Order: sequence, then structure tokens, then C-alpha cells
Amino acid sequence: MTIKVEVDMVKCQHYGQCVFEAPDIFRLNSDDKLEYTAEADDSERANIEAAVDVCPMQAIRIVE
Amino acid sequence: MTKPVVIVGASMGGLRAAEALRRFGYAGPITAIGDEAYPPYNRPPLSKEVLAGEVSHEAVAFPQRAATEDVNWVLGTRVMSADLEHSTVTDDSGSVHEYSALIIATGLRPKRVQVDNGDLRGRHAVRTLEDAITLRAALAPGAKVVILGAGFIGCEIAATARKLGCEVTVVAPGVHPIVRPLGLELAKELQRRHEEQGVNFRMKTAVVDLVGVDEVAGVILDSGEVLPCEVFIEAIGSDCNDEWLEGNDLDLTDGVLTDNNMLALHQDGSAWPNVYALGDVARFANPVFDHVARRVEHWNIPTDTAKRVGQHFNGQANDLFAPIPSFWSDQYDMHILAYGQLGLADDIKLIDGAIEGDCVFGYYRDGKMVGVCGIGMRSVVQSFRKEFMLEA
Repeated sequence: MTIKVEVDMVKCQHYGQCVFEAPDIFRLNSDDKLEYTAEADDSERANIEAAVDVCPMQAIRIVE
Repeated sequence: MTKPVVIVGASMGGLRAAEALRRFGYAGPITAIGDEAYPPYNRPPLSKEVLAGEVSHEAVAFPQRAATEDVNWVLGTRVMSADLEHSTVTDDSGSVHEYSALIIATGLRPKRVQVDNGDLRGRHAVRTLEDAITLRAALAPGAKVVILGAGFIGCEIAATARKLGCEVTVVAPGVHPIVRPLGLELAKELQRRHEEQGVNFRMKTAVVDLVGVDEVAGVILDSGEVLPCEVFIEAIGSDCNDEWLEGNDLDLTDGVLTDNNMLALHQDGSAWPNVYALGDVARFANPVFDHVARRVEHWNIPTDTAKRVGQHFNGQANDLFAPIPSFWSDQYDMHILAYGQLGLADDIKLIDGAIEGDCVFGYYRDGKMVGVCGIGMRSVVQSFRKEFMLEA
């Protein structure tokens, strides 16, 4: 089973706090901008939920 | 009937506590009591996006998860007192709530300046959504705004008010804005950037009284100068919402003193078995830095401390709790990001970039890094984050 991740790139300020919670899903590129993988295995759910929690802009959501 | 876990404070810390209780296994009843009318919402946008235009609870509300759907939210209700010996709290309607465990998450409220002519309309502080909505309506283009306090909130509001076309003057006792904890060099540069955007500063200055009848018309400074204004914003720090706990055997010197599991301590230093405190109102030592208990007013702390409460309550707190403090601030096109406890530093050095552009500063105590802060250059700032992790 996979889950869908969505980041509101208008809200996102690229602070990259999510990178530490779910490093396989989120990363900062060489321009310090956020990149992410929109589909993830369900085993990543806890990490992604933690990333949702620590996002200062509350820009990340899991689409059920 | 099983007594619930009672969470007092229904903001981010209260929500995260409820979520963490569930995540680590607790399936019993949870009651969360909060004095605001709204379900938990994210406060940082209140000094930025909300003031700049998006004024609605939906825009800042935290998403609610299925696991916490059965939490009994008692909103618009203030807890007035607690009896920890008998495990009860009493709210402002007189209702007594029995608990199996108590989680203190009441946070802070803004300090207000005490002046003789203080009973005027047009005085603002920003902590709640209602505060931000009220202030938003006053920040019309051309409005004369005086902000007392040049910390993060004061500076963010100054930046937002400038963006809205207000005339902004910041009054504060320090030499430069946010000089604690940023340090002299970065604080001076921050002031320069604000001045470039048209903000006026009256540093090393206090407000001694207000001018006006019914409504604020100006502020009187200790220099004798009178600054005319129709909007007066107080951003001079916060007081703990802990008066409701008085009369119990707690150390409330500055918030609620807790141990490493966020259990509240008796005055003799032993822990209450079923009373936790978390977030802004909790004072605890972080073994990353030392053994001195401090309150930490950073956005990540409610989430981190709530997780610890959830772990400990469910018997899963097996390691030492050592959260990595982090904060950020957006002002104009500046993105400030920091890790660690900058305020502990006895030495501050520019370690990357150039002060007039993007830059990173290191903060050191006795030669050891205790903090890092950058304007821009997030990858560089992030590369130092591991410095603030407890060595295994």
C-alpha cells in the first residue's frame, strides 16, 4: 500500500525540518529548496506524520 | 468509570499531548480543556501571514487525526485551580474534573506595560487568533504604529506592518533588535535591514506613558519624545499561565519545574507520579547543554515535550530526553533559521557567508558550539544540527 504526500509549495518556506523526520521522502536541493517524493510506502507513515507535525508552516499533508 | 487523562491547555501542546498518548498506546478517555474558543491552531502565522491578510481559523488550524477524534475538547473554558493531592481541577463554571493523570499545557500570555494612562483602545498584543484579527483591522495603510519590544515577535510584526504600508517605529530597551540571543553583530545588521525597509527605531528607550483620551494617540518615551500613533503594539515577552497551580506542592519559580520525563516536581525535588508539564510553561534541563532547568519558548518544544509525555505515560521513555531546540523567523525576504541555545554563548563568530548578505553565525560556550543561526543558507545551518544531538 502507498500513501500520497502533498506539500503546499506556496506555504512552504523550505526550512527543511521535515528532512530530519522523513529523510527518504523530503530533501533540500542544492538551491536550498524543498523536494519530495509524492508517493511513499505505508511503512513511511509514522515518519511522514512526524514531518507533518514539525513543519513550521504546516504545509505538509497526507492525502488519504 | 475510568477517570480521564486531563490536559489543561488546548493549543498545540495540548493537541500534541493527546496525539502522543494515543501513538504510544493509551486508549482510555482524554479531556482537553482550553480557554480559547477555537480548536488548536498554529500561532507563528499570527505575526506574519494572518496579519498580512489570511484571517481565518481554517487557514491556521492543525489537522485533527483519527486517533484523537474521541478526545473530549472543552473549549472556551478556563481552569481556575488544581488540587493535585486529590487529583482534580476546577474550571471557571465551577465544574470539578477528576483525572488519572494531569498534563499542564497552559503556555504563556503576553506581558503588558504598566502605565498611568493605560485604559485606552488601540493597545494590542499578539498571542491569540482573536488578537491577530483585531490588530489586522487596525493596520491600515498609512497608520502610525508604535511597537514596544524588538524581539522576534516585535520584528516580525514590524516587517508585516511595513508590508501593509504602515508607518512603523520600534521602541525597545536593547542596543539593537533581538540582540539577545542573536548577538551584537547580527542584531546590528538586522536593524540595518529593517531601517532599509523604512522602520524607525528608538533603541535604549522605554515607554513611560500613553497619550490619548479613550483611544491611543501617542506614546511618551523616557527621552521626553512623544511619538504620535493610533496603534500601539506590546511585544515585550510573556508570563506563564501557572497561577491556577498555586497552593500545590510545585516549584513555580518560572513556569513548572519538571524532571527529564516532564513529570512535575515537588518542592523537595521528587516527582509527582501523574502530573506532567510541557511546552512553553515547562522548565526542564536539557542534557545536550547542561543541568540547568530552563523554559524554552521555541515552536518545536511543545511537540517534542508532548512526545516525551506520551512515551513516559505509556512506559516507553527508555532514553534520555534531549530535544534539539530550533527556531525560525521570516522578516521581509529574510529567512532566519537557528538550532541550539544561542543565549548560552560567550562567543559568537561569523562562520559562513557575508554579514550584508546571506550568512551563518556560530555560538560557542567555553569553546563548544551551543547554537547556530543563519540568514538564508539553510543547508549550512542544517549541517550543524547534529552538534546539538546527545552523543550516544
